Amino acid sequence: MARKVVITGLGATTPIGGDVPTMWKNALKGVSGAHTLEDDWVAKFELPVHFAARASTPALDVLTRVEAKRMDPSTQFAVVAAREAWADSGITEIDHDRLAVAFATGIGGVWTLLDAWDTLREKGPRRVLPMTVPMLMPNGPAAAVSLDLGARAGAHTPVSACASGTEAVHVGLDLIRAGKADVVVCGGAEAAIHPMPIAAFASMQALSRRNDDPEHASRPYDRDRDGFVMGEGAGALVLEAEEHALARGARIYAELAGTSVTADAYHITAPDPEGLGATRALKAAMFDGRIQPEDIVHVNAHATSTPVGDKPEYAALKAALGKHVDSVAVSATKSQMGHLLGASGAVEAVLTVMAIYDRKAPATINLENQDPEIPLDVVTTARDLPAGSIAALSNSFGFGGHNAVIAVRSV
Amino acid sequence: MANNEEILAGLAEIVNEETGLATEAVEMDKSFTEDLDIDSISMMTIVVNAEEKFGVRIPDEEVKNLKTVGDAVSFIANAQA
Repeated sequence: MARKVVITGLGATTPIGGDVPTMWKNALKGVSGAHTLEDDWVAKFELPVHFAARASTPALDVLTRVEAKRMDPSTQFAVVAAREAWADSGITEIDHDRLAVAFATGIGGVWTLLDAWDTLREKGPRRVLPMTVPMLMPNGPAAAVSLDLGARAGAHTPVSACASGTEAVHVGLDLIRAGKADVVVCGGAEAAIHPMPIAAFASMQALSRRNDDPEHASRPYDRDRDGFVMGEGAGALVLEAEEHALARGARIYAELAGTSVTADAYHITAPDPEGLGATRALKAAMFDGRIQPEDIVHVNAHATSTPVGDKPEYAALKAALGKHVDSVAVSATKSQMGHLLGASGAVEAVLTVMAIYDRKAPATINLENQDPEIPLDVVTTARDLPAGSIAALSNSFGFGGHNAVIAVRSV
Repeated sequence: MANNEEILAGLAEIVNEETGLATEAVEMDKSFTEDLDIDSISMMTIVVNAEEKFGVRIPDEEVKNLKTVGDAVSFIANAQA
């Protein structure tokens, strides 16, 4: 029998809250974190998209100037969220050789990379900072969290585009089950609200162009959805072997019952229209967690608000949950905070754990005319979840055909 | 052209910016590594910022000879002369 893994600490810094209590309060209320960008580069480069969902609390409000100086913004967010999760876990004594990190990013240190390129071209090689490489490397967030917490059982960086954060939770579960660690701090971080990624995502027609109304731009499942909204931030979870948590009398939020990762092998960016890879991932996560469709009361959907993306996820949920799909409360939290790319799965894992712990499904905003082809029971105002033993799923899908799913059960 | 006192004050500001150390801690006889706990990456950042601030060039092979704050102040003063 596999070791049981529980979640004992949560952290987040997002467009709708700089910590978990604030984010959760807003997620239940239903607010938008998307706003018009004030940066001069929006006009300078004539970007077709003028808005994004910035982290509501700048990392510099939490970190010292000198700490922040050596970190790419994505790593800054990672450290902020990981510190919150660690403090929240209440762990005071730990065998650091048994503490691991699995911290993801989708894009990595894009600000550092492009700033260094500008510096090289404008001022020459002498002015390129000596910290450039450690700041831009994609394992920067995992390495910084490992350094910050003294985690010596390995620091891993799963990279699978927008499924990265969920895959990090999957890796964390595996590490504990395999006996390679007793505690894992896992999560994802992203800071890509920079003109180049905005131009690139816009170029592939992935972003909403609702420039005159940013707060209503992210509208998963709505008939008039026209793309996702860029977000930024980080989410972090402390996973712990159940016996380790019980031995120290920890507060346990939920059980991380099962996880899974599959690949579409269909197209580099387009989702399989029938959602076959996602279906396999959903079924595998439920199998891994010994969960039946009727146990599932809530799904935190990937639901990015793109015209092509939201539909195959419905097909997958229907195939995996059968007729039970009609009685599952589905929340599309990207409607509130936009798409945090490699951090989204981690933040949504935090939200899914809070939904099970607090027994409330968070709100989906901006759903005015539900797409008739997606007849899910979408939670538009926060809703109570039933008493008794319940479970929830969180899906993430990424360019490259990556599908990752986690299953969380009440304790 | 700056005198030694001005160079020390300017260098202290650069060190403070990079490491957070109080400017008063940056004294002529202090060793960058032993006393101020500055690692090689921070040292290179300080060197490059000092080059810009004082309009001098500090060759990479010279950096290892700058053991104390005073060594750096003298090097910059000579380079400016």
